[in-house]
Amino acid sequence: MNRMQGDGRKGNGPGLQKGAGGSKFTLIFLAVVVGLYLVTALLDYETFMAAVQTFIGIMLQILPVLALVFVLIFLVDLFIRPQAIARHLGYESGIKGWLLAMVAGIIATGPVYVWYSMLADFQEKGMRIAFSGVFLYMRSVKLPFIPLMIYYFGGAFTAVVTFYLIVFSILAGICCEKAVQWGRIASAKSEYGN
Amino acid sequence: MDVRSSAFKTYRTFLQIIPQILGIILLISLALTVIPPEMYELVFTGNPVADPIAGATIGSVAAGNPVTSYVIGGELLNIGISLTAVTAFIIAWVTVGVIQLPVEINLLGGRFAITRNVCGFFFAIIIAVLTQATLTLMRVTI
Repeated sequence: MNRMQGDGRKGNGPGLQKGAGGSKFTLIFLAVVVGLYLVTALLDYETFMAAVQTFIGIMLQILPVLALVFVLIFLVDLFIRPQAIARHLGYESGIKGWLLAMVAGIIATGPVYVWYSMLADFQEKGMRIAFSGVFLYMRSVKLPFIPLMIYYFGGAFTAVVTFYLIVFSILAGICCEKAVQWGRIASAKSEYGN
Repeated sequence: MDVRSSAFKTYRTFLQIIPQILGIILLISLALTVIPPEMYELVFTGNPVADPIAGATIGSVAAGNPVTSYVIGGELLNIGISLTAVTAFIIAWVTVGVIQLPVEINLLGGRFAITRNVCGFFFAIIIAVLTQATLTLMRVTI
């Protein structure tokens, strides 16, 4: 088993941001966005209300997906052991791991950001980093939306684009993994040098 | 199996993720409201090099359901904007996420998130060009 598993972060929760910086960042981010809304409300109340209505509409759409995500996070923590992750999506999983990451990305529903936490958790449990990249890239292929794509762009376009998306998902995964590994090597050299 | 431990970890994740998701959706809602779809037509000038780059750039900063990108892309095609620009736009829409980048960095690490999004941007342009070339070879017109 390759020792360079996960992202090297330590923690006690599935995909949790570690340290005080995570919660601080989150609160600052939320405060800035709320501040933007307040400024918008002062400058243009109609735009503010339209944005709030859009927000409510999106929330209603993604709430079921969010519920599913948290159920999956719970079930993964409950049933999936690091050894199982390593066997199916670890560094030695081979072609099966690539295919599994692609299929998982295709069937994953909802906005991309709801899956970050689960991927971070999977990485902590030994999932190969490249598979996170493949998973996120393959979310661009959505089976339920293919009829609409065919409607707008035709069957040939849809088939060609889908083929290239699959090919480039592998490249994206490899690039992400190499970038993370180079970063670790640079950090290790820096620490060793000190 | 330790149900209580798993439930507690899920609860902690919930507490951390929800404020991030609320922030992102608020930001996306504001962007979708402030930037109307008609604005996109002003950016595509017909330049075969600049248009795919513009398409990937707009797709990168735009956010929302992929269906929305198909609808906008379809309409852009109808008004004569090039297929490479529209293809780069709809691919970058789903593979690059500038708005959610802070959260991706926070959860998956800076190197991973930035590499993934940079790859997504350039791959969108490359796929758009390859798709156009492949369809031309196949003698397929959209």
